[in-house]
Amino acid sequence: MLFMTQNILKNFVRPKATRAYPFVVREPFENFRGELVNDMDKCIFCSMCAKKCPSQCITVDRTTGTWDCDPYACVYCSVCVDSCPVNSLSMKNQHRKPAVVKEPLLLKGTPPQPKKKTGARAKASGSETPPADRTAPGGDDTPKAE
Amino acid sequence: MARTIIPFGPQHPVLPEPVHLKLVVEDEIVKEAVPALGYVHRGLEKLVQIRDYHQMIQIVERVCGICSCIHAKAYCQGIETLMGVEVPDRGRFLRVIWGELHRVHSHLLWLGLFADAFGFESVFQQFWKVREKIMDMMEATAGNRVIISVNVVGGTRYDLSPEQLRWILEGLVEVEQGVKALQKTMLEDYTVKARTVGVGVLTREQALELGAAGPTLRGSGVAQDMRQLGYSAYSDLDFEPVVETGGDSYSRSTVRFREVLQSIDLVRQAIARLPEGDTRVPVKGNPEGEVVVRVEQPRGELLYYIKANGTKFLDRCRIRTPTFANVPPLLAMVGGLELADVPVVVLSIDPCISCTER
Ligand code: SF4
Ligand code: SF4
Repeated sequence: MLFMTQNILKNFVRPKATRAYPFVVREPFENFRGELVNDMDKCIFCSMCAKKCPSQCITVDRTTGTWDCDPYACVYCSVCVDSCPVNSLSMKNQHRKPAVVKEPLLLKGTPPQPKKKTGARAKASGSETPPADRTAPGGDDTPKAE
Repeated sequence: MARTIIPFGPQHPVLPEPVHLKLVVEDEIVKEAVPALGYVHRGLEKLVQIRDYHQMIQIVERVCGICSCIHAKAYCQGIETLMGVEVPDRGRFLRVIWGELHRVHSHLLWLGLFADAFGFESVFQQFWKVREKIMDMMEATAGNRVIISVNVVGGTRYDLSPEQLRWILEGLVEVEQGVKALQKTMLEDYTVKARTVGVGVLTREQALELGAAGPTLRGSGVAQDMRQLGYSAYSDLDFEPVVETGGDSYSRSTVRFREVLQSIDLVRQAIARLPEGDTRVPVKGNPEGEVVVRVEQPRGELLYYIKANGTKFLDRCRIRTPTFANVPPLLAMVGGLELADVPVVVLSIDPCISCTER
């Protein structure tokens, strides 16, 4: 027992090893893979990320222009980020907030269209670059079954 | 008292993992132990049929969280052998650095849990406090604390900058001091010795006969360590397997304790000799053929058998984990023990049941 006593006594004068968590938060590391984000203005709906994803949690629909990721099936491996040809995917270094409802990540964008259709589409939507928008919490877009 | 069967696990206060043993006891003395495996079987090997060989890297990492990096390394090595890919030198050394950091964190985790098994809570917390520094290193350099996902077929995904290397070396000084401060407690303390010396003895002959692996084997006096094969960059680094001859729980914990210091030394050597250059080479095509890979995991020898058919899906990926090899020696150790010593002895092989049952 006496050998450990030295350590215990030293611990009294050392700074604490733990933080008062919700009040004191450590700065996240720069490279931490916390949350997957997609810049929908850049995305060209090539489905490369969906093909490479080991957990198969991304669904890309070119016709409706949606990019859907189930963050609860994602393992944050960053393989999709590495495989995106236009670098529209990235990882935020902040992890997702705890949630009480499962909220899928459903992003909308404009899929590239054949030339003649682009004009008609832009007129219809009234803007050249529709902003990416996230579904409201509790929206009934159910994440795909695992 | 007549013979009774006492179930040990799958949920047990001291066990981090769901090992299940049926203990046949007579007067609190264990006469026999019957293992029941399969509680956390997930069928990961089957996934080779629906996930391509690149995606399998992330899957084999999840065979075992604690040694994920080494699973991925073994798997990638196998695919690289099949495809004739030569990993660049820097990639080989980086694999050693991350692999050894993984070993340090795994052994520190185990040393803590082992202390917990014989009820020494302050040592338990102290080891985990030291380990936190290693977790920070992995998170800062590879993006995650445990499943760092750095290996790809052809090398490593990330590189370490000179600042990061310096920071790792500084951190290791702290870790080494922290571990050495616990050396006397772990290796010389009266109460610790009372619970571990002479408990769960596995002789050298038994260890060889029953096919023990890793620290369990080395704790019984057999100097066998898969790193001697010189895979990754181990052929360029100096190290000797850590061997103890007692064969009891105390020897196994001593082996692991010394291996922590050895791994710190290996990381230092690898950083000192880290060559410049690329960390990975691009890989094209699909693997074909059969290969067996053996690497040293914190718990012992890990074996991968991979059979590929020239398509992007493999035919077979068989994983034999060290705990699987250590179950028969464990059964031999448990026979004749007092019931109260069983948790200590079970933990002394560092059981990783998720690994075993895949
Ligand atoms: S995120 Fe990148 S990889 Fe995925 S569909 Fe869009 S452009 Fe393709
Ligand atoms: S981080 Fe990995 S698991 Fe998550 S969406 Fe990307 S590829 Fe899939």
